[in-house]
Amino acid sequence: MNGMTLGGIYALIALGYTMVYGILKFINFAHGDILMVGSYIGLFTFDAIRGQTLGPWTIVAFFIAMLAGMLFSAGLGMAIERIAYKPLRKATRLAPLLSAIGVSFILSNMAAWMWGTKSRKLEYPFDNTPLHIGGVSITPHQILILVVVIVMMVSLKLFVDKSRIGKAMRATSLDQDTAKLMGIKADRIIAITFAIGSALAATAGFLIALEIKVYPSMGTMTGLKAFVAAVVGGIGNISGAMLGGILLGLLETFGVALLGIPYGLRDTIAFVALIIILLVKPEGLLGKVEKEKV
Amino acid sequence: MLNFILLILIYTGIYALMAIGQNLITGYVGLLSLTQAGFFAIGSYVTAILSVTYGIDFWVTIPLAAVVAGFFGLVIGLPTLRLKGDYLAIATLGFGEIVRNILNNWDKVTNGPMGIQRIPMISVFGVRVSPYEKWGFLVLVWLFVLVGYLLFERLAKSRIGRALEAIREDEIAASSMGINTTRYKVWAFVFGAAIAGVAGSLQAEFILSVTPGAFTFMVSIMVLCMVVLGGMGNFKAVILGAFLIQFISYFPQLVGLSNVIPPQFKQVLFGLILVIMMIWRPQGILGREKRNAPGSFFRKGGRS
Repeated sequence: MNGMTLGGIYALIALGYTMVYGILKFINFAHGDILMVGSYIGLFTFDAIRGQTLGPWTIVAFFIAMLAGMLFSAGLGMAIERIAYKPLRKATRLAPLLSAIGVSFILSNMAAWMWGTKSRKLEYPFDNTPLHIGGVSITPHQILILVVVIVMMVSLKLFVDKSRIGKAMRATSLDQDTAKLMGIKADRIIAITFAIGSALAATAGFLIALEIKVYPSMGTMTGLKAFVAAVVGGIGNISGAMLGGILLGLLETFGVALLGIPYGLRDTIAFVALIIILLVKPEGLLGKVEKEKV
Repeated sequence: MLNFILLILIYTGIYALMAIGQNLITGYVGLLSLTQAGFFAIGSYVTAILSVTYGIDFWVTIPLAAVVAGFFGLVIGLPTLRLKGDYLAIATLGFGEIVRNILNNWDKVTNGPMGIQRIPMISVFGVRVSPYEKWGFLVLVWLFVLVGYLLFERLAKSRIGRALEAIREDEIAASSMGINTTRYKVWAFVFGAAIAGVAGSLQAEFILSVTPGAFTFMVSIMVLCMVVLGGMGNFKAVILGAFLIQFISYFPQLVGLSNVIPPQFKQVLFGLILVIMMIWRPQGILGREKRNAPGSFFRKGGRS
């Protein structure tokens, strides 16, 4: 169950990478840091509104705080795209990557400056005694995380597959110029993609605040792992990102628990997984082979 | 005061070596590598471990530092450089963190977070070059920079350099001209790693101790800033960049304001430099060194 919840969180983050990569063919290095900002905003909102006593209000406050983090991150993601990436749309491939690294560094250090480097966590909002259902032990936090993750994934999948904007997103990622000719406002679609990806990242960040902890430099490692998840599943592929995230979460948890990999080297697992997948099946589990043309 | 300026110049030299390596891979091949800090760390630890644990002389450890760092460059480069450049960025980002992770946890060899102290000082023909007398060390470091600069400059002007630039401009066209793109990319990456290993070796001899905390992601970002600020594809420019970034980095101490200015301030500034340079002056302060043909790397429109 630990693996599933961790994997679900990775999957949510991986979706942001994959969606942006699908459309712009560029790795948004600041994604992990947008997540970090979102989780802090959620955490602060929750602390401000939850009140003293536990009750039905607590769970409402939890979701309001999550929403606040999502909205803030969505705005932040769009702003970053507008300021730091959009002017570079026609530049070389290297330029937006460098700019993204810069943004990532700015965000994590601003956070350390403003909020301190100490790690924080949601102060146990709910009763977290493990429940035993058919031999599997699961905590209420984990149930909450799984529910949020599943709802988010299903609604994203429906949104992308069924809605008009989703259709436009798919068209833009397939061929931006043709999409423009068909009357799709590509710039708006790109902004929406950033907003959705960032909101999902903020959700994941808030869940991390509930179950693990948040700190200003968390974005680097969390983002890296989620990116690996996206590559494992096949970058640019939404179902692939979900699959890759869950696989990676399971691999990390079982790697430590069953295979006896020392806890200190836990972060190495994702990295080794990346190298192996790049050697064996670089297009990812669900990805298509794309031949680059002149 | 003079001591302090010497200190900045010594660090400029050490970082200039790393920036020269980064320039080959980022400025010439146009690939983003984010792990000069990782190779820097490997070089430092090779020198530290060999000289402290096994009592091997510095002049023997320094080529070994280059070889070991280069070997790790090969290990990272081979799987990632066969593919599109983007994977290199992410793999190297991970690699830097993993190196630090391992240095922190492999107690038997690296002594964990405590690091390794009391590294023996360098001697040149029996004369000790102590880091406490900064002039001697300054000359030594800049001799390395000079050699590194000449080697890499020659390399970049040679057939190999032209091949690398061809790959940057258009990989598919380059490979149809018969350039083995993977091999050249991997070699460039390995050379860049090796020179960072040398820089690490020098840093170990300057501080006389190594700890994992000295090799954070910030080091890689600083090196990247040096290349971007000075001018990608121009070795003189990145050495200038190295000086400017080191100067910014030590500016608060230099004017005695280190209590007022929070340490994160300069890091935010480094991030801003990357973004602002990319938007307004992607060619850097000095710009790319001109060949006979006008450079077209930063032309508008790009390739479709």
